[in-house]
Parts: sequence; structure tokens; C-alpha cells
Amino acid sequence: MAKITLDNLAHSYLPNPGSEDDFALKELNHDWTDGEAYALLGSSGCGKSTLLNIISGLLHPSQGRILFDGKDVTHAPTAERNIAQVFQFPVVYDTMTVHDNLAFPLRNRGRDESYVAERVQEIARMIGMEDMLRKKARGLTADAKQKISLGRGMVRKDVNALLFDEPLTVIDPHMKWELRTQLKQLHHDFGHTMIYVTHDQTEALTFADKVVVMYDGRVVQIGTPEELFERPEHTFVGYFIGSPGMNVIPARIDGNKAYVNGSYVELAQGYKPLDGKVEIGVRPEFARLSQSEGLPVKVRRVEDVGRHKIIRAEFFGSDINIIAGEDDHISADMNRVTFDANRVNVYANDWRVNGRPRDGGPSDPDTATDHGTPDPNG
Amino acid sequence: MEKTVNQKAWFLVLPVLLLVAFSAVIPLMTVVNYSVQDTFGNNQFFWAGLEWFEEMLRSERMWDALGRQLMFSGIILAIEIPLGIFVALNMPKSGFWSSFCLVLMSLPLLIPWNVVGTIWQIFGRVDIGLLGYTLDALGINYNYTQDILAAWVTIIVMDVWHWTSLVALLAFAGLKSIPDAYYQAAKIDQASRWKVFCFIELPKMMGVLMIAILLRFMDSFMIYTEPFVVTGGGPGNATTLLSIDLVKMALGQFDLGPAAAFSIMYFLVILLISWVFYTVMTNLEKREG
Repeated sequence: MAKITLDNLAHSYLPNPGSEDDFALKELNHDWTDGEAYALLGSSGCGKSTLLNIISGLLHPSQGRILFDGKDVTHAPTAERNIAQVFQFPVVYDTMTVHDNLAFPLRNRGRDESYVAERVQEIARMIGMEDMLRKKARGLTADAKQKISLGRGMVRKDVNALLFDEPLTVIDPHMKWELRTQLKQLHHDFGHTMIYVTHDQTEALTFADKVVVMYDGRVVQIGTPEELFERPEHTFVGYFIGSPGMNVIPARIDGNKAYVNGSYVELAQGYKPLDGKVEIGVRPEFARLSQSEGLPVKVRRVEDVGRHKIIRAEFFGSDINIIAGEDDHISADMNRVTFDANRVNVYANDWRVNGRPRDGGPSDPDTATDHGTPDPNG
Repeated sequence: MEKTVNQKAWFLVLPVLLLVAFSAVIPLMTVVNYSVQDTFGNNQFFWAGLEWFEEMLRSERMWDALGRQLMFSGIILAIEIPLGIFVALNMPKSGFWSSFCLVLMSLPLLIPWNVVGTIWQIFGRVDIGLLGYTLDALGINYNYTQDILAAWVTIIVMDVWHWTSLVALLAFAGLKSIPDAYYQAAKIDQASRWKVFCFIELPKMMGVLMIAILLRFMDSFMIYTEPFVVTGGGPGNATTLLSIDLVKMALGQFDLGPAAAFSIMYFLVILLISWVFYTVMTNLEKREG
């Protein structure tokens, strides 16, 4: 187990990267705390797997350093880093039995057979494959194979970190829950540093202590699930997390009012004049339909999803989503929308801007940008 | 659904039937025809029954040729399959040099068999051939027209030169189909290069290797042109393989009856060996599955 430090790390698949766009992974500084469970969340092609492969040493970064407990391993081969990694598609050794598959990483490291047998039994129990140990791996189903891959990743006790690259993609939904719970349990029991790559927000939010959201090769926010929900640092985090995602509305900010097409929305804080693309972000959970107050909307559709209702509406020509309670009555004359002023975030060029409290006092420490968010203009 | 029965539909099969009849069945039947008859010229034939088959089975000449043939096929398989795999493993996986290697390796496959024979016939000559002359100058006694070992080495090296590319190309195709994740997982598991070969590459190549072995076996078992051009079956009968012997018998001596019986048995042997081979291989795959 180890603390993993990324120092000025960046990677490009091109031999001579020029502009920043050439980088699949943009410059990044981060410490992965020893023993913590992280989820790396982002859409396809945002650099998640690249980052993972750099940590495990399958890929060598174009610039920067990786340190395990302060020791530079940037150019160390995978074997030296003592890392376990599970891939998106199951990798099993077809000609071996399930038992030999699970024993493979231990035997390659020359552990004695009695230890191997004991450890394999333990892992087989964990993944529920005790009665299949004598079977050849070739004929098994995709999710059985993936369970073997997971098992092979967990069989070594002394790994520095466990990396998962969307490991549950091919697994049945009910097994997903079970395996994810087991992974959490494993993390709880052994305290491995775990990094779990996924594009599924539920998976990320339920698995991890801290979620790292990536967008276009850049880490846009690192935080607890709650922080990501309440204070998305980047508009991408806003609409990627949440179902439906945050409403992002172009606006002009003047002090503590946000003007949208001539009408205004009250803000909890005051803001300095902002340049560039200015938007306000409101989660559908904090918007409310009303008959009399607020700004005009045109309701298009109401979807009842069971626990609540999702209202799809048009707001000055752009789409807006509003969530209403299961029992809330929605009538035809409800054609206005209000926002919870405390929950409206302001974004300039996609990055969240901190405001000043209305009374002009010191800024609320809760809203201060932390977690080493990159410079919005950098 | 009820099927309509219309016997006239048989006419639709007729063209294929005729085509196959003229291209395969009738020529084969003439061979069968010759194999059970004897002639003393004048186009007069007498029924001979299975006499020719019996004679051929007793013939030392045929058994010797079969022995040489099995030895030839065995040796070239034992060299070409491992060598082909070795070449495929060491080829560049992508980019310009990969294409370059592929083209370079396809070249021997494109040369007509007769030309391959001629190339090696000249190449190995002691008076004007580069190989023969060099070996001779180095003091090695190499003369494929007189020395049995030299003749065998020449035709085997020629076959390896001609056909290893095929095995290599097939093995390369098999290797290319292995997803990167397998190699990455092996690195994570700290598998040695040898283990990667045994547990990832070889199992994944098994399918194409099976085809390669079958193709190379059948082809080498029927080989005629190249050794005939180089050694003509000599010295003595040392490199007289089955096909060469058959041609000698049928066209050289004009023994149509024995040659026809020989042909049929030759065909059946290839069919049998290929079938046994195929069955064993597929069963092996099923049992592992």
C-alpha cells in the first residue's frame, strides 16, 4: 500500500505534441491518499484509462513524474510497481483451470504452494466460484470470466494499489451490485488504495470515498459525492452527475442578480463583473414550478419516474428540467419557475465563480474553491 | 409450414452435377477403370480385379517411396511450424516495417513451383551456383546430384524457404487478433515472456496453426515439381517421393494398371491422414472447451 503522487503529469499519444489539444491527459498534480477508494468518472475518451495505465506503468507519460510513497517510479516497469489492475473485458488464461488462473500472479512471484492454495480458496469464496476451481476457464460465461479477472486482481495482499478499468461493464446488473459491495468490503477489510474507472455515476458515487471527475483530458473536480452534487466546480460536473443533470442557462451577472433575457434571478451572493461566457447552473432538484412567481417557462412534457416527476420545459428558447415531488400537483397554468437562490451557482467560461455574501462580509469558507482545481484559463 | 414436393426441381441440380461429373467424377473413374484392368496394347483391356492393388501393397518400391514421403513431410513440418511461429513473434506488429515484412514474406509464395525448383537447382550447383560454389570453396563436400544427404538437405531447405512464409503469415494473423489487454494483464501478473507465449499466444494461435499444419502436410505430401526439378528423384531413388514415383510409373514405364491402383491408394492415404488429423485436432479443442 502506498501514497501515489502525480507530479506535473501529462501524456500525449503523439510523438511531438504541440498545442494543449494534442494531450490526451493534460497537466495534473494530485496525491492519491494511501488506503482511500477513488472513482475516476468521465465520459468515454476523456483520459481516464490513460491515467490508469500510466499509474500501472503500462504507459509511460510524456512529461512529469509518478511517485509511490515518495519514490520515483516514472520509468519503473509494471512488475516493479506491484500493482493489480482489472480490465474492462475479461482476461483469463484459457488453457488453465480457474484455480490456476487465480494462482497465476502468486506463482509468478514465487510464493509457496501452501500459501497459494489457501489464498486461492479465500478469493474463490469471495467471488463465489469455489465449486468451479477445477474447471477450465475457456468455456465459462463472460461474467464468470470477469469474476476470475477480479479475483486475480485481488489475490495478492501486498499490492500498492488496486486499479479497476470499468470492470463491471460485462457483468449482469444483479451481480454488479454484489461485486461492487464485495469490492467495498474488501477495501474496508484490507485498506488498499483503490482507483475505480467508470462512466457510470451511480457506480462511482456508491463505490468511492472521493470521486475524481475528468473531462477532455483534465481533472475538473475531486470531491465527495455530496460536494459534486451541491457545488459542481465545472459545468461538465453539473450535467454529468445527476439525473437529469444541472440546468445551465446563459445569463448576465450584475451584483447579486442574474439577468436572463431581461428578467432576473436572485442570487444568494454578490459577484464581481465577469468576462467571457457567463452562465448560471441550477440543479433540477432546486427549481420549482409555480403559478405566480418567477420566470416564464413553457412546459412540454411531464415524466413520472416513480419517486418523483421530471418536468421538461422550455426556458427562453433553451431546455430546462425541473424535478417535482411524487405527490406534487402540476396544473396547466403553472407556467413560471423559481430557483432556490442558495443553490444557484455562477459559471464563467464553464468554471464556477465564488461570490461575496450580500452583506459584504468575508466569503463563506464552504464555497471557497479547494481540491486544487486547475486555473480556469490555464 | 408444409413443403411443396416437386420432383422437377431435380433439374435445377443438373448443371452442377454435369460440371462435377466432367471435372472430377469421370476422370477419377477412368483411373478406377484402369486400376482394375490389364492391357497388352492394341487398346484391348482384360479384367484384372484387385490384382494391381495387391501387387502395389507388396511392392517394396511403393513402401520405400511412402517412407521417404512421410520423412519429408515430417521434417518440413518440424522445421516450418516452429520457425514460422518464431518469425511471426519477431515481426513488427504495426507500421511501415510490418507491411514491408508482410510483402517480403509473401514473395516466395508468389513464385511458380517450377521456378522455385530451377532457382535452387542453379543456386546449389557447384560450378556456377552461389551456394554450391561457396560451400565447395569452404571445403564442404556438397553435391546434391551425388550425395544423398546433400540432396535431402537441398530439397528440405528449398521447401522451408518456399513455405515457412505461409505459416508465419497465418501465425501473425493469429497473434494480431489478441487484444492488448491480455498482454497488459500478463504484465500486471508478472508473467515471464515464456509464460506469455504458453498461456496467451499459443492458445490463441491454435486455430490458425491447425490450418497451417493441415495445409503444409497435404501440400508437402503431394509435392512433385520442386524436388523433381532439382534432383529428379536422385541420386538413385533417394529423393523419389510418392508423386515422382507415380509419374515415373505411369508416364515413364507406361504401367497404367499399377499406376492407377497406386494413385487411388495415394489419394486414400492423404484423405485418411487428413481426416484423422482434423478429427484429433477438433476433439482436442472441444475437450479443452
